[in-house]
Amino acid sequence: MNEAETLNPGALLEASGVKQLLAQLDAELIGLAPVKSRIRDIAALLLIDKLRAAQGLQSQPPTLHMCFTGNPGTGKTTVALRMAEVLRQLGYVRRGHLVAVTRDDLVGQFIGHTAPKTKEVIKKAMGGVLFIDEAYYLYRPENERDYGQEAIEILLQVMENQRDDLVVILAGYKDRMDTFFSSNPGMASRIAHHIDFPDYSESELMQIAGLMLEQLNYRFDADAATAFKRYIHLRRTQPNFANARSIRNALDRIRLRQAARLFERNEALSRDELLTLQAQDVLASRVFAQTGAQQPDVPK
Amino acid sequence: MRLTQGTFSFLPDLTDAQITRQIDYCLSRGWAIGIEHTDDPHPRNTYWEMFCNPMFDLRDAAGIMTEINACRRTFPREYIRVTAFDSSHGVESVVLSFIVNRPENEPGFRLVRTEGEGRKISYAIESYAAQDKPEGKRY
Repeated sequence: MNEAETLNPGALLEASGVKQLLAQLDAELIGLAPVKSRIRDIAALLLIDKLRAAQGLQSQPPTLHMCFTGNPGTGKTTVALRMAEVLRQLGYVRRGHLVAVTRDDLVGQFIGHTAPKTKEVIKKAMGGVLFIDEAYYLYRPENERDYGQEAIEILLQVMENQRDDLVVILAGYKDRMDTFFSSNPGMASRIAHHIDFPDYSESELMQIAGLMLEQLNYRFDADAATAFKRYIHLRRTQPNFANARSIRNALDRIRLRQAARLFERNEALSRDELLTLQAQDVLASRVFAQTGAQQPDVPK
Repeated sequence: MRLTQGTFSFLPDLTDAQITRQIDYCLSRGWAIGIEHTDDPHPRNTYWEMFCNPMFDLRDAAGIMTEINACRRTFPREYIRVTAFDSSHGVESVVLSFIVNRPENEPGFRLVRTEGEGRKISYAIESYAAQDKPEGKRY
């Protein structure tokens, strides 16, 4: 191999298999432009670091601890899973598995219980990514004897000393994460990447619905698609809207209604009928019934 | 006299890199790793003290190496071994065990002869280090 070849980032990107991964990311994750561009930047940094190392230049592995903020259902966990795979392909972590935990898994119930519990979780995540969902629950300022602080201290120590063994990703709502960081400056300073997940637009939600249906081997007929567009429009303005998660739940309920409709007809069904969701399945939703009137808590 | 118990004990001491690779092998087979230490390495002393909880469901050796090093710091003058437990049905026992730390000075064992009735002799093995010193003061 000549020098020009070894120094070409494009060729290296090709060889690392990251390119396919990024393309897959683009195809399967709809929207999320800031997230994707940050992942691409990180991939570029790690690849360039490899090139620098090959030339004998100083290449300290960067800190990759991250914080994902965003509303529910914006894809934080999904992206964390992908991130683990990207980092493995780039050789930054050795195994590329994701250990997803919440406060319960880290914080113990009595004195002396927290440290072993946290350490066990950390040991399980070594060589991969530790994903702490709703991380702000770790810190409970209203209770000064809360053991969460102990878990935070152990985490900080590992995040600092074993950076090449473990990547920590914290996730949660934006405002509460901000409060968490302002009361834990040590945590804020050890996290290099703060990535904000924007809410999806209506057309993005429609695309997501299309993708979900495709994976489940269903499809909307033309009327149903228009009806579902209206559904998304109405549902977004209602409380407890959780982006892609609400869409998934809506689709699950629509499938239920389709099944009930087909069941009642009690005759032989064609493949096409089994596959197609009709407008009436969508329109039976309570979201349509209650528009303008009283807002439902959990729409059926 | 060098203690030869467990796998690799006739080889020179394993380096940390070699230990890491052995542990990676254990993890790839799905074995649970435990760390044990003792200052009474009599061949019949099967049960050493556990250093931390046995480690199930790990994916990478880094966590275990952290514990091994913590154990070495706490008990620098004792024997430390790594055990790998296979929980699959029909095996359910320790399948690999090797020493990762030993005291600087190993005086070895002596043969104790006790003469009984009718010139009958019974034999025993006794560690020089554990001969007359209590636990924690040996080596």
